[in-house]
Parts: sequence; structure tokens; C-alpha cells
Amino acid sequence: MSLKLNYSMSLGNSYGLTKTQKVASAVGMLGLFILTLALFNVEFPNKTIALTLALSMLFAGVIWFSNSMYLSKSKGIKNDGVYFKSLSSKGLTGWLIGVALTLFYIVLYFYPEYLGLAQKGEENTGLVALFDPLSQLLSGRNASQWFVYGTLYTVAILVFGYKFILKYRHNRYEQIRTISVMFFQLAFAFLIPEFMYVMNSDLPYYDLKNVWPLNYYNFEQYRIKAFINAGNIGLAMLIFGIVSIFVITPILTYKYGKRWYCSWVCGCGALAETAGDSFRQLSDKSKFAWNVERWVIHSVLVFVVLMTTAVIHSYLGNDTSKYWLTKSSFLTGVGVLLTLVFAGTMIFKRKELAKDAKYGAIGYFIVIAVLFAMYFFSKDNTLFVFKSESLRKSYGFLIGSIFSGVIGTGFYPIFGSRVWCRFGCPMAAILGFQQRLFSKFRITTNGGQCISCGNCSTYCEMGIDVRAYAQKGENIVRSSCVGCGICSAVCPRGVLKLENDSMKGRINPNEILLGNDVDLMSLVNENR
Amino acid sequence: MEHIAIIGNGISGVTLARHIRKLSDKKITIISAESDYFFSRTALMYVYMGHMTFEHTQPYENWFWKKNSIELKKGYVHKIDTDNKTLHFNEGDTLVYDKLVIASGSKPNKFGWPGQDLNGVQGLYSKQDLENLEIYAPNNKVCKGAVIVGGGLIGIELAEMLNSRNIPVTFLVRESSFWNGVLPEGESQMINRHIKNHHIDLRLSTNLKEIISDHNGKVKSIIIEETGEELPCDFVGLTAGVTPNISFLKDSKIKINRGVLVNRFLETNIKDVYAIGDCAEQHEAIGNRRSIEAVWYTGRMMGETLAQTICDNRMEYKPGHWFNSAKFLDIEYQTYGWVHGKKGKPDYEAHFHWKHDDDTKCITIAYHRDTNQFLGINTFGIRMRHEVFDRWLTEKRDIDYVVEHLEDANFDPEFYKRFENEIKETYNNTLQTN
Repeated sequence: MSLKLNYSMSLGNSYGLTKTQKVASAVGMLGLFILTLALFNVEFPNKTIALTLALSMLFAGVIWFSNSMYLSKSKGIKNDGVYFKSLSSKGLTGWLIGVALTLFYIVLYFYPEYLGLAQKGEENTGLVALFDPLSQLLSGRNASQWFVYGTLYTVAILVFGYKFILKYRHNRYEQIRTISVMFFQLAFAFLIPEFMYVMNSDLPYYDLKNVWPLNYYNFEQYRIKAFINAGNIGLAMLIFGIVSIFVITPILTYKYGKRWYCSWVCGCGALAETAGDSFRQLSDKSKFAWNVERWVIHSVLVFVVLMTTAVIHSYLGNDTSKYWLTKSSFLTGVGVLLTLVFAGTMIFKRKELAKDAKYGAIGYFIVIAVLFAMYFFSKDNTLFVFKSESLRKSYGFLIGSIFSGVIGTGFYPIFGSRVWCRFGCPMAAILGFQQRLFSKFRITTNGGQCISCGNCSTYCEMGIDVRAYAQKGENIVRSSCVGCGICSAVCPRGVLKLENDSMKGRINPNEILLGNDVDLMSLVNENR
Repeated sequence: MEHIAIIGNGISGVTLARHIRKLSDKKITIISAESDYFFSRTALMYVYMGHMTFEHTQPYENWFWKKNSIELKKGYVHKIDTDNKTLHFNEGDTLVYDKLVIASGSKPNKFGWPGQDLNGVQGLYSKQDLENLEIYAPNNKVCKGAVIVGGGLIGIELAEMLNSRNIPVTFLVRESSFWNGVLPEGESQMINRHIKNHHIDLRLSTNLKEIISDHNGKVKSIIIEETGEELPCDFVGLTAGVTPNISFLKDSKIKINRGVLVNRFLETNIKDVYAIGDCAEQHEAIGNRRSIEAVWYTGRMMGETLAQTICDNRMEYKPGHWFNSAKFLDIEYQTYGWVHGKKGKPDYEAHFHWKHDDDTKCITIAYHRDTNQFLGINTFGIRMRHEVFDRWLTEKRDIDYVVEHLEDANFDPEFYKRFENEIKETYNNTLQTN
């Protein structure tokens, strides 16, 4: 069909880059090239200069590119040609970058020695060694593969965050939100943990904004020990970790929806919103995908609850005189908490659940059944046939590495930028559950103004069919919405607005939209 | 089971079908020659600009129709035999209905310009128009220049589209200022400047004389009426409004004028035949509305209403307060109630106008000269709440109240700069000088 012309192959393509943009890209590529040389063990005479040069070129390239791309044009939506560019429409460039990212993640997680990570007693080589000077500067120790990754991750969020801010320079919500994720990444994920290490090297690495269950390993024995051994500050961090789950998170989510975390604070969200912005339109909007999403993400949640319970259970004792928290009191506590949440939801929110209730019920029963099993069969930390250790390892491998890293980020150019957040993140599942049922947040639709154009749905990175609600004049109250605000930004008719307001009337399906005969509206809308 | 046949799968026909399905289990067939599935016509521009693919313009997934047992038939009706309640298709087959709804939409106006049927000359309305655009104006190598004739909502959208592919655009507008038959002067002139800022060659008070062909029957240039100037171009967009798409009814017994004539119940002169959307023409216009309303929202509202009538709850089409919206390049426009441009402005209508210094935001509030009653608002670059203005219009608030409570109507995203105080200040100063 003539509409399916492949513009990325066309000579008359007017969506190509300008000369300035090409030179700027080349500068950025050169920075990447220096990193690649290091990866292949090229010895630079001065690593500090080489690293500085590489990172500066990355910064300079993207900043120059963005300036040239956006500052010469008027303020407004800048989606021209998104579906003609190979990069952003699953073309060849997209696939190549997807493959490269995926390989990088596989090496990072499973073969860090290829990046040059020191084997026992040796010095770092290659790419990891190139980052030694920066690591020494920040914390006085040599780099690890995670330091390299953390640095590149932060650089990506900063430079593409800058690009995003220029792209949406007419939209203060987007700008402030992006400054927020840039700040949290740079300060909380990157700098503070390094400084904490300098202050007290016994502390485990702790990105304070990384809340369990996203930070699924936070309550493992070695960390608990390290926290407790590190004295008051360690204990404070441990308590903060627990408080952020049970107090901070519910309050903020009640007031602002899950966006306070997912698109303002979280590191995964930060990368998706900045470096991943070119791919947001690739998320699957079908109802089928939504069904898969609900089953998968809640299964991951059940998995992480079980895994964490089993792990904590495994290192607790039985004797109350030694420590106040024992295996049985811990299991009882978990059981009571889950029952309270489940019962509260069923009693107060039954009407809103109808369809989704079964997911909750099934998850609840699995967890409770396993709790019982743990209680009765906990002789040697074996749960049926699984040891808690193997549960932990398989979670770390399947969810922590494969899902969140390799698929979640490696496949950005194919599945869109929020695959992990949408299908996998257990933290998003918890926040989403609360957002759907106990939150003031919603996206309001503006009376009868929707023209069903589909920009909102197309640019929803979470694959929400926003239009399906907007054209019914119905507010959008969905678990998965991360409140990025792009649907509202791209709407050409001013239909969508992210708001925090009272819980009453938050969900408001209308059959007849505003603008029609008032008698008809009241007849049909009240008959429902 | 009663069989409802709907000619046209646009917003009017589809809304009607959906609502009939909610109210009944009647057999429903939607007929279209244009596309397999319902798509949002207003979104075609985003496909050309590369914001979306054509599939994205389809509001319902393909399984939706079967699941709701709404039959879709692709075919072109060329004859309607109302005596035997039979439709005859170009393809040779027929279809028998119990009730028939004509929702066949519009087609672009052509005013008999010489050369108006050449290759590379077209309107922007249908999916086929979009496909032709890809042939004659795919990029600025094939199409070195384009001319758009007619300064309305589709004209400016087409200008934005061509501009997105770096095709130089000359925009011929008959009026002395863009869309000033509808917009008050201040707004219209702000849009003039905005268009020129986008490097679009806007020619006001300029008419098309004729379109010149090359040897292959394709457009080569156009001639301007006023100056006789010849402008070379590879594409001409005709966007001087639309007219009901009802030529297939000429030989039927259904009474037509410019559109299909209907009463307030959307019934035609023939029993069990109805018309809704762009193609329906009211015997007498409703309030300040036109007798033919070619607007997305009115099409939808007629569909919502007629579904009641067809499902045995005979109901008049009684639209509420007028509203509409559009986007002029980067500037969003919304209107609630009636704000008239110079043309057709009633004597009692007075205006308060505020414009921001950056020349991309302004509002005009219309009120009754004698009673101060709020009549309507145009807002550019500031989003406002439909519900609030609808309520204020019903409550017959006065303009003082509206200006005083303007922040209740704001619908801009969070953290946006607010202008209510500035507007109030201007309002108070204006009143003092009056």
C-alpha cells in the first residue's frame, strides 16, 4: 500500500539530519568509539584524559544535536517523522541498537570479565579500568562493572534528559519532572552511595530511592547484617527502607498517584523517559497485551513476596529469647498484613474490582498457601522442593537480570521503553494497585472535546489505550499509568489533564458526552 | 430481527451503531467504500506527518465489530430503492434493510475553477486523499512547491502537513485575514502572524483564477485572480470548505437540497430513512447553528440521539451549548458558546479581548451589551474546561462572574504559568476606559 513507503530507504527523504546534526552525532559517536577502544583493551597513555574526553564528547554531541534539533524550531509538539525514522519505527537502526544493547546487558550481567573486570588478585583491564580514575576520585576504590554501568546510565539520563527538556520546552510539567529524575539519578543513585562508602565502607551499596520490591535484595541476610554492623547509620538506613515501603510510599501514592515514583524519582523510569523517549510509541496497545500485562506483573509480585518472605524466614531463628522476631512471628505478621490488605479491598472496593478481583484473590491464596507450607515444613529451609536460596537466585536471574535489564532495556527500540515497568516491575504493581483503588490521581477528560485521533494512545509508553477512555468522556484511572503527562501534551484538542482531586466521582463512565441534549444525557447516563 | 443499514462508517454512523447495539439486538450493517474499518478522519494529518501510522487512527481494534455483532460491508451504494427498501451496489449486489441511515459525510468543495480535476489537485478529506497526497507530495524533491486554496481549518492543517516535509507552501486565503468569517479580528491576526512565523507564504485577500496543466495532465502552476501572477507548483490543495457527499441519492425518492433534508428527529421525507452527520441538512437551522453542521462533535451527537429514536424512544436532536476546537500549527483553539467574527455578529454581542505578549495566547469573551450575560469564549493557547463553561452558559452567568472565576475553568497541565490575574487586570482596565 502506498502508505507503507519505507522512508528510511528513500533518497528523497526530507527527514534526514541536517549537517550540524550529523557532525554533532559524529562527536557523540567518537566518544562512544573511545569507550569501544577501551573495551578491546587498547591501552591509553592517560586514562583520566581518555575517559574525560569520551564522556565530554558524549555530552557535547547530544547537547549540540538537541540544540540544533529543537532550538531553531517553534515551541510545540515535535513528533514529525517519528514513524519515518528507522530508529523510532523498528527500522534497521532500531534493530541494530536493540541487538547491541541486549548484548551489552548479557555481558554486563553474566560475563563482566569481558568488560575488563579484574579476576582475583589482578588489576582491572579494558573498559572497567578506564573508569578506575573516576571511581578513585569519588570513593577511593577501583571501578567495578556496576560502576561503569552506573556512570553510563547516569550520563544517558543527563544528556537525553537535556534533549527531552528542549523537546518539551513549552511544557513545564515535563521540564520539572525531567529535572527531578535527572537529580535523583545523579544524587541518589550515583553520588550518595559512593560518598556513603567513603564515610563508612561497611555499608552495603544502597540507593535510598530504590524501594523494595524493586530493590528485591534489600532484606537479604548479608545486607541486614551489614546494616546492623554499621551502627546507627546502618540501622537508620534499614529503618528508612522499611518506612519507605509502609509509610512514605502509600502516603505519596495516595496524594499524587504512582507518578511521584515512576516518572519523577525511579531510575528505571528515568532512563525510559529520557534515553527511551524515542521509543515510547512502540508499546503494544492491544487488549491482548493488557491481559498479558496484568497476569505477568502480578505473578512477578507474588514471586517477589514469596521469595523475600522465604529468604527472611530462612535466617530468622525460633527462639524469642534470642531475638524478638522469629520465624513463626514473621510468617504470622506477613499473613496478617496480606489478609488486611485483601479483606480491606474486598470490603470497601468490591464494586470497582469485579473483573480484577480474581487476580488479587489468586495471588493472595498462593502466598497464604505457601506461608502455611513454610510454617509446617520449615525444617531445613526447604519449601516443597525449593530452597529459599534457589528461589532468590532464580528471581535474581529471571527477573532482576533478564527481565529488567536484557528485555527491559535491551529491547527499547522494539517493544518500547517501559516493558519492564509495565510487565515486570513488582514495585509498579504495588503502586498501581493503590493508584487504581486508593489515590486522588486521575487523568481528567475534557467534556466532549475528544476527536478520537489517537495521539494519546500512540504516545502512551505504558500501552494504555487512552483514547478508549477519552472518547467516552471517562477519566483515566489505570494501575499502570505512570503519569508521564505525554498523552496530555500530544493531545491536539486539550482533552487530557493529570490531576489530584477528591476520590469521589473519580471514575465516571459516560454514554452520552457533554454537548448533547441535557435530557438525553441525564436519561442515558443515569440509567446505567 | 430488524435490520438497520448505515451508509458511512465515520463518527456519525459508528456512534449510531454502537448505541443501537447497547440498546438492542437489532441486526446492524455499516457500509463503506472508503475503508475496511472506522478511522478518525481528523487524524489523517498525523499519518502524513509521521506522528502515527494509519492503524493508530482506528479507535477500535479489528475484533471489536464481530464481538459486538456489527457487520461491516465494503461497497459503494449507487442506487437506493426506498419502495422495496433495497440498496444497490456498484459491485452488482443488493442489500435489503428495514431502516436506513445515511451518514455518508462530505466531500471537498470545488467551485468550478479551470483545472480543478487535474492530477495533483485535491482536497483533504478521505483516506484516498491521503494516499494521493503521498503520490503527489511525498517530499520536497517530487513536490517543489504547493499551493493551498481556502483558509479554513483543513487548509491550515494541510499547510502544517506539507510544511512538516519541508515542502514550500503558498496559502491563498480569500478573506482579508485568516478565518475571520468565524474568528474575531484580534485572534485572526494573531494566527496570521503565527502562520508566517512557520515560513508559510500566506496570501490574504487572494483568489485562485485557474490551475494550469503540464503535458501529462498534472498541475504545473496556478494563476492568481487579483494579480495574474503565475505560481509554479506540483500540488494544489483545495480546502475551501466541504459539501454533503450525497450525489448517489440524486435518483432516489429521498428529498435533498444541499444535504439530505431532515426534521428535528433526523427523519427524511421517506419513512424509515434517516440522515445524520455532515450530510444531514436541517429544514431550519437550530439556534445560531448552521443548517448543515460538518463537525466531528455534531456527527457524534446526532448518532447518539438517533439511536434512541431507532430503538423506539423517538427523540428530537437538541444539541446543547455549542463547542468546538482546532489546532493552528502550535496554537490550540477551543470555543464554548458563541463568539462571532465581524461577519454575522449580532448587534447585542460585545467582546472583551486579552492577548499575551508572546503572541501565542489570547482569549475573547463575548457578552450581551445590555445585560452583560456571558455568551461564549474563544481561547487560544490556554486550555479550558468544557464542563465549567457549559454550566456557566446554562446558568446565564454575567461576564464579571466569568472573568472573576476564570481559574476554575483552567485546564492547562500542572505547573503551567497562569494568566488569570493578568486577564482580570486587563478586564478591569478596559471597563474603566469604556
